[in-house]
Amino acid sequence: MAVVGRAALILALITSLFGIGASLYGARQGRRDWVDAGRRSVYALVAILTVAIAVLEIAFISNDFAYNTVANNSSLTTPLVYRAAAMWGSQEGSLLLWVWLLSIWSSLAVFLTRNRLREVVPYAVAVLLGFGTFFTSLLVFFATPFAQTSPAPLNGVGLDPLLRNPAMIIHPPMLYSGYTFFTIPFAFAVGALITRRVDAEWIGVARRFALASWLFLGIGVLLGARWAYYEIGWGGYWGWDPVENAALMPWLISTAFLHSIMIQEKRGMLKIWNASLVLGASTLAIFGTFLVRSGVLQSIHAFGASTLGVPFVSLIALMAGGSIYLVVSRRDVLRSEHRLDSLFSREAAFMLNNIVLVGLCFVIFWGTIFPLISEAVTGTTSSVGPPWFDRYTVPLALVLVLLSGIGPVIPWRRATLANARRNFALPLGVAVAMLIASYTVVPISSSTPTVILFCAVAFVFGSVGQEFWRGWRVRRATSSDSPAAALVSMVRRNQRRYGGYIVHLGIATLFIGVAASATFQHTHYVNLARGQSDTVGGFTFTNERPTAAIVADPSGTGALLTLGVLLRVSRDGHYVTTEHPTAEYYPDASGGEGPVGSLIGGDAVSELSLDSSWRRDISAAINAVPLQLDLQRAINLANKTVTPKLLAQDPTLPYILLAYIAHNYIVHPPAAPLKLASSPLVMWLWLGALIVLFGGIIAIWPPPGAVRGRVRARYLARVARELGRA
Amino acid sequence: MTDVLGVLLIAALFAFVVWFVGAPLRRPSAATERPSDARRALEAAKEAKYAEIRDAELDYRTGKLSDEDFRVIDRQLRAEAVEILHALDALR
Amino acid sequence: MNPARKRQVRLIVSLTLALALGGGLIYTSFSAADPALTPTQLLTKAKPGVSYELTGTVVAGSVHHLGDGVLDFRLADRAGGGSSVPVSYTGAVPDPFRVGRELIVTVNKSGEGFVGQPNSMITKCPSKYVAAPNPKST
Repeated sequence: MAVVGRAALILALITSLFGIGASLYGARQGRRDWVDAGRRSVYALVAILTVAIAVLEIAFISNDFAYNTVANNSSLTTPLVYRAAAMWGSQEGSLLLWVWLLSIWSSLAVFLTRNRLREVVPYAVAVLLGFGTFFTSLLVFFATPFAQTSPAPLNGVGLDPLLRNPAMIIHPPMLYSGYTFFTIPFAFAVGALITRRVDAEWIGVARRFALASWLFLGIGVLLGARWAYYEIGWGGYWGWDPVENAALMPWLISTAFLHSIMIQEKRGMLKIWNASLVLGASTLAIFGTFLVRSGVLQSIHAFGASTLGVPFVSLIALMAGGSIYLVVSRRDVLRSEHRLDSLFSREAAFMLNNIVLVGLCFVIFWGTIFPLISEAVTGTTSSVGPPWFDRYTVPLALVLVLLSGIGPVIPWRRATLANARRNFALPLGVAVAMLIASYTVVPISSSTPTVILFCAVAFVFGSVGQEFWRGWRVRRATSSDSPAAALVSMVRRNQRRYGGYIVHLGIATLFIGVAASATFQHTHYVNLARGQSDTVGGFTFTNERPTAAIVADPSGTGALLTLGVLLRVSRDGHYVTTEHPTAEYYPDASGGEGPVGSLIGGDAVSELSLDSSWRRDISAAINAVPLQLDLQRAINLANKTVTPKLLAQDPTLPYILLAYIAHNYIVHPPAAPLKLASSPLVMWLWLGALIVLFGGIIAIWPPPGAVRGRVRARYLARVARELGRA
Repeated sequence: MTDVLGVLLIAALFAFVVWFVGAPLRRPSAATERPSDARRALEAAKEAKYAEIRDAELDYRTGKLSDEDFRVIDRQLRAEAVEILHALDALR
Repeated sequence: MNPARKRQVRLIVSLTLALALGGGLIYTSFSAADPALTPTQLLTKAKPGVSYELTGTVVAGSVHHLGDGVLDFRLADRAGGGSSVPVSYTGAVPDPFRVGRELIVTVNKSGEGFVGQPNSMITKCPSKYVAAPNPKST
């Protein structure tokens, strides 16, 4: 079956190349049939790549270790759902996933524009298929997923236990969907620039696709943050890791685009800027894809050096160079129709928002590639850590939150003192109330940046709340809807606007969680013997007793031994909760640790015990590796006991000895190496993320057709009146 | 056995792709056709203009446009909408 | 000032501001960065009082978990050969920590050995994104 997979990839490459040729030929000669053939190539690509990915997935699920990829990433003891997910744990498998998702989203884009932008689409299709060609070439020539070894090994190495987490099932596909989706606005921007059709039609399409990319990538990033939060040593929900940064940068740029495109729609300004943003965001997305797999930068995600560096850098250079050329050569159609009237206007606020976002992106970019720069400049590789990032991103983020409150209520063109008073009074009042509360009721006054942020967030809530209130009042006045129906219909008639406002609320909420948890968290690393206690942030953790389980596999991931400790948590003498962190130990397929040691010689995974409430997160985790070292003497002794002769008599002997070691752990537990933490308001981060998601979905949801029809007819009538027709 | 099956699968896939992608090229009326985008572009511009008119009105009602600014903008947008309607009529 | 001149002034002011901020950013990054060294380089170049980012592989038999919670181990050059460096480390130990695996830890020179900054250890996911080599057979 591997030959089917290989042939499918070659067929995919040929189809992509054909599609590029057909689209370009059809565009130049005006031949609709060739253009359609080009479009159909995109659809065909989905079918072909689905066959390829199915072959690989079946190999994984059926444990076909003849495939090198399967043997390197899965094993007989890897649970089914993680066997399926293991496919994208490898370079080749993840590339295949990438190009498969690319083909699906490209098909969607081609389908949605089947009756529009007829001049632009052929070029967009050519660009999309160009990406397809690139990635399928990588798969065919550099990193084939279908390489086989004969004779096939009996077992595989197994999926890294750290990846046996539900997040592994959803985070990579979601993140890849975000990255691949960015190729679509890029393709349509290139097509629009080539054909000089940068008009209202293109704006509508570009905006929609940019919003979808923004949404997908945002979800991918947030899922990654949540996963990192749960793993010890991963830097919490955000560690300024190069790969985290690489996913954030295109997201920031597309956020900027989503705002400044509004200025282009309303005032015909910033055309060059917007085109550059779209092209830049997509180039950064490809850069992010490159960074994860290149080994160029040290990172938790940096999966070692790879041979794909040169092709990727070439692609990025081509994208960047091509974008610059297109924008410069088409600057005549990108001329601004109007100019900025006043610095106190919505246009100016949006421009400032863009500058801050691009500035943030620059800071993050600089910090991320700094090791490469320092090497080039000084000869030594140096890197900057989270404190450097925080120093520059925190003030910028504060300004951003503040702007997200100013934007919705500041007037267009120019703000006068009169309407400033009308629009800003309430939000400012709410902010001042929060300021007072910070020094009286809410215990955050020890950190000025946090106080400023909380006031900015209050401002945002005030201004967005005011917008909803006023819009609702208008709707009530102009329709016969009930109060509740008016709210719904108001949002439905202006999904972009109110969806965007909800996103602002979500971001503000998210930042409350970030500020509070980053500033006021307490973390202790302690060794607690049985009966000992430690107090963290007011919460007292007491080691009550140890727990152990053999071959029980409570989390369904294939762990052989699970050691844990029960911690009683109390505050001021009152019982709060019980935490049960565990360390899970997996077998090592190579057998190099001795008969007993190999049963738990594979990677260890520390399972976080988390108690979340709206006010705080209390968590406990075991440092799994030091704990295993504490058992080393017992393991060495057990290894020596299991002679080959005894093993031949009773193959279950290692397990019996392991059980004895576990029993010994219960009876004579070592001091548990623990990470204890209490962080306020972390839940607000996730809540904010959900609100952002909700707002984004509202903004992107197709508006109700009936409403559009009614409104269109009404305006048609009014405009017709002015024309003097009946 | 699996190899034969594999080869058959590949052949079927290849045939499907060729048939599917080539279908437009086999159409009898595959004449030279310069796509008429003008109408579609105007329709899009018209929709966008109507959305702007509505948006401006909502902005005015919620206090983000002064009376004078709104009158100016509203008049201008409607004039632009009328122009687009003229152009659409001319195409018919 | 007429509008055109106003716009020109705005542009110049903003560009100057951007350049100044950017320049400040770039300048501070060089002083705030920790140099990355291999164990061999560290032994020759390390000065007390300066933080270094040490990258290396964990040497077999060198790992000890001491009673007071300190983890002692030695790191050798990734490329093999060269000397190894003793490190004393406290804090979070990422789960993938293993003999023979690569890790990064921020250290300061202390006497003849090196003290790892608490919670500064990063291990890399065991290399999966390379061209698939032939797997070990059991």
